[in-house]
Amino acid sequence: MMISAQNYGDKMKEYHYTGPVEHKFSPYAFNGGTVLAVAGDDFAIVASDTRLSEGYTIHSRDSPKCYKLTDTTVLGCSGFHGDCLTLTKIIEARLKMYKHSNNKTMTSGAIAAMLSTILYGRRFFPYYVYNIIGGLDEEGRGAVYSFDPVGSYQRDSYKAGGSASAMLQPLLDNQIGFKNMEKVEQLPLSLEKAEQLIKDVFISAAERDVYTGDALKLCIVTKEGIREEIMPLRKD
Amino acid sequence: MALQDVCGLQEPPLFPQWTAPLSHSFMPENTSHLNGGGIHGEDCSSWMPRGGGVSPLEFYMPVAEYLTESPLRFGQTSLSSSSTNLLTVDHLRPSLPSVSLPTPAPCSIYPAVPLPFILSHGTTTLGFTFQGGVIAAADTRSSCKGLVACPSSPKVLPIHSHLVGTTSGTSADCALWKRILARELRLYQLRHRRRLSTGGAAKLLSHMLHPFKGTELCVAATLCGWDGDGETGEDEVTVTERYANPQATVKRNTNTQRVARNSRSQSEISSEATTQPITGDDKNARSVASRAATKTQPVTTPESSSSVVLSRVSGPRVVYVCSDGLRLQGELFSVGSGSPYAYSILDSSVYWGMSVEEATLVAREAVYRATHMDAYSGNNVDLYHVTAKGWRRRQREDLKEEYYIEKERERKRVEEMKTDETVMVK
Repeated sequence: MMISAQNYGDKMKEYHYTGPVEHKFSPYAFNGGTVLAVAGDDFAIVASDTRLSEGYTIHSRDSPKCYKLTDTTVLGCSGFHGDCLTLTKIIEARLKMYKHSNNKTMTSGAIAAMLSTILYGRRFFPYYVYNIIGGLDEEGRGAVYSFDPVGSYQRDSYKAGGSASAMLQPLLDNQIGFKNMEKVEQLPLSLEKAEQLIKDVFISAAERDVYTGDALKLCIVTKEGIREEIMPLRKD
Repeated sequence: MALQDVCGLQEPPLFPQWTAPLSHSFMPENTSHLNGGGIHGEDCSSWMPRGGGVSPLEFYMPVAEYLTESPLRFGQTSLSSSSTNLLTVDHLRPSLPSVSLPTPAPCSIYPAVPLPFILSHGTTTLGFTFQGGVIAAADTRSSCKGLVACPSSPKVLPIHSHLVGTTSGTSADCALWKRILARELRLYQLRHRRRLSTGGAAKLLSHMLHPFKGTELCVAATLCGWDGDGETGEDEVTVTERYANPQATVKRNTNTQRVARNSRSQSEISSEATTQPITGDDKNARSVASRAATKTQPVTTPESSSSVVLSRVSGPRVVYVCSDGLRLQGELFSVGSGSPYAYSILDSSVYWGMSVEEATLVAREAVYRATHMDAYSGNNVDLYHVTAKGWRRRQREDLKEEYYIEKERERKRVEEMKTDETVMVK
């Protein structure tokens, strides 16, 4: 999101000598990556690239950012990888606790509400994670919940998060939301069209964002279950 | 137990006897053992559980000491953190919503952990009362220092059937605190068998936010609601009783409320002036005098004071609550970066006697103008109308069309002027 522009600003300062600079230890790091989720009438797709980077280094080319939570819910988190790992551990533990005390699996809406309170519990030392939950709601319709790092969330039909989100979101607004388009037939989104759109969109993102690339992992959630697909992207 | 400790989850126990000892494990020494020093930051920080059984949310407050420590000493509990005063969390006797305040957040929160991201801000929200109830309106743009994080975020959140709150500030803070407030109000309603008034809800929210004064929490909410049972007969009785005994009413209230009530009764006097023209000025003068007088002599009027005490103030109410601690009651509020533009429309058009359609149009126009001039407000406008029967939501409207309609109107006007000129010349 906006972090990429801030990084550019900081990089400019690095090229100009401004005087002695004090570097404080920052408990955060930015590991890049882009996550995207789209909801249809009876499906939801969560997609992420698999590159894990830090500054100029690529730590791994096979670090997907989608985490399967239940049979009907997938969580995509990008940002600081350390916080992503801890957050997913906590969510999985909370899911188990819920299952043991309530004898049923959490629904997507409930997971979203719970994640919001987990994130806000760390309001003064936030998890540096941009989360997007994709899944099916109780009626079987696709649902996407997008979060900010401190827990503000809402239900959308599509959302992009992570380093290339500012590039992808306008394209999704136009193609899925039909924003700023005059006199078009607004057909509901089919699964095949959504898949193709996501692949195209990530190929474009890999062209222009250095932190996005290597491979694309798609998790397609339907009432039959969760299907995974991997597609290669630019490796440079 | 192990899972709960990993999550740091403090759930109110169903069987207090089984889990009462668990409250002792909130001490920092224990958590460092259980976590095995895996998560560095948590070991040297102090937990701050909220006071009483009514703990809205458990917060993790990093104490700045660990940030200035050298990384080599990470993971070692310092002696100072163990001696911090932890409040005993009494799960066995949940107290009423008069929240016992915990020790306020220490100033060592500053400098806070430097965040690599910005949280969303920027908005236009407004709320005002009139004879037909309360109107609450807001735009829907959620901006993040230049990027529109969300073009359709709901900024007017219903709290219960007769109370709606507009949110401004950090979206996460507003959303979560609204949720917490809704929960507390619901608990109050269940315990006391009546809804808490708007003023009471504002006070509750203000007191819940007070411990976080000085932190980066940013909530500026306008609570718009309808108090009382909504019977207009009772309204009349209340108002006239207060007219008869302004001193008794004043004596009953606390200092802050006194000024607010008087200003409200004054505004009502001015609005009721149409029905009681002669006595209006008298009451005005008298209530002003009584405000000065009560400081020196408390006046008791036994025969009618009982009826004043029993009858509640009912009707539309707007109260502004800010995380700085400000709590204001009034007739008209607009909050946010676009509020100056909204105020210009509202101050000229809002009056007590307006109709519902008029009020809706004015609110919509105010938000529209603000979105036009303010970069951080935009997209759609949400409008809620609260009456004695509850809140009603108007269809979310995209203001993009409004620009084209406006342009069309302008074009027609210019054309008409041109034809007038040609006619005059002839």
